[in-house]
Amino acid sequence: MSAVAANFTETPIPPDEARGYEEKAFGFWVYLMSDAVIFALLFATYVVMVGNTAGGPDGATLFSLTRASGETALLLTSSITFGIATVEAARGRRDMVLIWLLVTAALGLGFLFLEFGEFSSMISEGAGPQRSGFLSSFFTLVGTHGLHVSLGLFWLFVMVGQIVTKGLTAPVASRLMRLGLFWHFLDIIWVAIFSIVYLPGLL
Amino acid sequence: MPFYSAIAASGAAVTVLGGVAVMAVVTWFRFWPSLFGEWLSSLDHKKIGIMYIIVAFIMLARGFVDAAMMRAQQAIAYNSDGYLPPSHFDQIFSSHGTIMIFFMAMPFLTGLFNLIVPQQIGARDVAFPFMNSVSLWLTSAGAGLVLISLVIGVFSTAGWTGYPPYSETQYSPDVGVDYWLWAVLVSGVGSTMGGINFLVTIVKCRAPGMHFLRMPLFTWTALITSILMIFAFPALTVVCSMLALDRTLDFHFFTNGDGGNMMNYINLFWLWGHPEVYILILPAFGVFSEVVAVFSQKRLFAYISLVLATSAIGLLSFCVWLHHFFTMGSSETVNSFFGIMTTIIAVPTGVKVFDWLLTMYRGRLIFKPPMLFTIGFLVTFVIGGLTGVLMAIPPVDYMVHNTTFLIAHFHNMIIPGVLFGFLAGYMYWFPKAFGFKLNEWWGAASFWCWIIGFYLAFMPLYVLGLMGMPRRMEHYDIAAWQPHLIVAAIGAFIIFLGIVCLGVQLAVSIRDRKQLLDLTGDPWNGRTLEWLTSSPAAPYNFAVLPKIEGIDAFWHLKEHGLAYKRPAKYEPIVLPKNSLIGLFIGGAAFAFGFAMVWYIWWLAVLSLAAIAALIVIRASDDEPDFVMPASTVQAIEDERFEQLAKAPRNEMEDEPGFVGFPAPEAAK
Repeated sequence: MSAVAANFTETPIPPDEARGYEEKAFGFWVYLMSDAVIFALLFATYVVMVGNTAGGPDGATLFSLTRASGETALLLTSSITFGIATVEAARGRRDMVLIWLLVTAALGLGFLFLEFGEFSSMISEGAGPQRSGFLSSFFTLVGTHGLHVSLGLFWLFVMVGQIVTKGLTAPVASRLMRLGLFWHFLDIIWVAIFSIVYLPGLL
Repeated sequence: MPFYSAIAASGAAVTVLGGVAVMAVVTWFRFWPSLFGEWLSSLDHKKIGIMYIIVAFIMLARGFVDAAMMRAQQAIAYNSDGYLPPSHFDQIFSSHGTIMIFFMAMPFLTGLFNLIVPQQIGARDVAFPFMNSVSLWLTSAGAGLVLISLVIGVFSTAGWTGYPPYSETQYSPDVGVDYWLWAVLVSGVGSTMGGINFLVTIVKCRAPGMHFLRMPLFTWTALITSILMIFAFPALTVVCSMLALDRTLDFHFFTNGDGGNMMNYINLFWLWGHPEVYILILPAFGVFSEVVAVFSQKRLFAYISLVLATSAIGLLSFCVWLHHFFTMGSSETVNSFFGIMTTIIAVPTGVKVFDWLLTMYRGRLIFKPPMLFTIGFLVTFVIGGLTGVLMAIPPVDYMVHNTTFLIAHFHNMIIPGVLFGFLAGYMYWFPKAFGFKLNEWWGAASFWCWIIGFYLAFMPLYVLGLMGMPRRMEHYDIAAWQPHLIVAAIGAFIIFLGIVCLGVQLAVSIRDRKQLLDLTGDPWNGRTLEWLTSSPAAPYNFAVLPKIEGIDAFWHLKEHGLAYKRPAKYEPIVLPKNSLIGLFIGGAAFAFGFAMVWYIWWLAVLSLAAIAALIVIRASDDEPDFVMPASTVQAIEDERFEQLAKAPRNEMEDEPGFVGFPAPEAAK
């Protein structure tokens, strides 16, 4: 084997690259389906446990429609700005892509800031996840989404770094496309959180 | 440290000394450079597959020691404490189940997928070779956590299912359940990624002409298994994370008070757990389907019905999970629904059994060891299936729930159904992996020990279950049970001989490898595409991608005299470069699991940061591949054709009943 290995030379990759990107996109869709199952089970658990307040506070006393709407507005807008970044990437306008990605990041950070504030105020009121089964499931569901957003932001900054250093090359563009899928997926999950957690909790 | 008993201490010593011995051997023979350079860093699916199977065999030995200890304890524990204290006995049955499911069966099936599926569909590698290596090392990290629990701390006493509230901190305050949780979580992530990898590989990387309905049955079962992994493993991840949150951060998902709901655990666990049964068994069905056709020297009977049955089982496997807890107290309607669904799943399984039987019908059978395992499976599996249908009836289940009848039932499914399948696959595909065949006498001896040992070990448990013996008893005071338990212990000993035979078989075959050489790459007169490649296959599997024109693609090529035609010229081939990053991610995941078990927060943060950094490094590498020049391909292929020319008469020709090779028609 090693004699064979010595003969390997490194030359640029011939063009079945495109197929590779297609496989990656398909694989990422499949991963998102798997992730969707995780959220489905967290939603199911939340719905099962929403009444298990163990004498503690319930959603109506804890949730704030203003804050939830603010979070929703920030996250949905960030999807639009990411969409614009994708369009700019297709046009090959590197600086515009960077600007719109940073706008997206700012909106995502704003979302996390609001969520963090919500969590910490709940915990300081004695309504942390240790209080009841209901709150355990609430923090886990919403927190898992928040964790995904944080990872998405981390990935977004890595992409900004790659675009700055490598430019909009084919591999970078393909990664950016998958980050886009991830980001929009989190939006969809958030819409479900808003409609299953916050709205019924408040109405 | 396990100084609470001499037995635990010696188990720890064996684990540590085993590790040290391996290191010593590697150092003595100066294997370190080739170990890291060619194996641990390899992204070649064939090498990854071999490493998976090595993990599986190591864990099989460990899991079997657990089983033997339990059987020995129960054989002598009538009106006595036996030799194992309860807490130690409980650790043993928990680790036995955990190891056999997660770290023996899962790596074994993933290893076989890796070794064979790309070659069966005419691909050069899996879709994501790097992710494949990460999967391997995450699985190994989980296995490592189970092994190290023997040395540092204790393992779970909550059984392999870890039901709360017993597995909550209140009742299990030590680190045992945490070891179980993090071992399962870390390897579960690896399994999910493995599922994604093989789904994409099978859907996207097939050779030209390899339509879905031309894929070999093993590939079909790999496809359905991958889908099950993708959709079932998230449930395991979710339920284990919730239990970990309960234990680590004092959440209340499954606690007794404060609004916890422990039934939700059982629902979520089996929402993964039942599909998992089929994740284990479908690949074995795939192996049997390959083996039975080749060694009956006939085309597989009713290919389409086997494909449909496999798919139906995949679908139905998500509709039966409640039969694991009929006694939980759901309404009659719910229990009846799941009882009926469970009996329905026997239908596609029955279809398969008939297809295999009809493949053998009027075939010319050749009783090589893989075929012996297949026939042993067919007979034994049907018995286990019948007891399964029995327990699908909720009133019957109420009678035998949590008795040894259940233990007998699922071992009756999993030993012949899963393990025999994997052992058959191991002996069938070994030449493809290493270029020489395994000794057949020792293979057959192993089979006979396994099957006789199986019947002796588990048939008494059916009787004991009907006599009312609960599972997991450390000692008992009913005299009538003891004779059965002694027979079961004898059975376990015979299975031990079967495992010894496997070891001897391997050693003897390595010694005699010159006589057992497989120069053609087609030792069994095979039908499917993996036999077209050389044994062991070149790094790229196929120098030129074959054109597929029917089921049993390789048979077709041989019939038309196209199997060994040399192409006019070779093209350069793109292959993944080796990378140690997968190994490092696995190491960091192991450190993370260990940190979470012992609440070492700085190490947890550090290892997560390391994983993130490694992923970013890998994700910034735009040239993960290299190009093997056509001249190298040519050199490898020249050597291959030289070997082909030298190959002696195929040994299958000496078998009674051999009907000959497909006659080449004149090429058009």
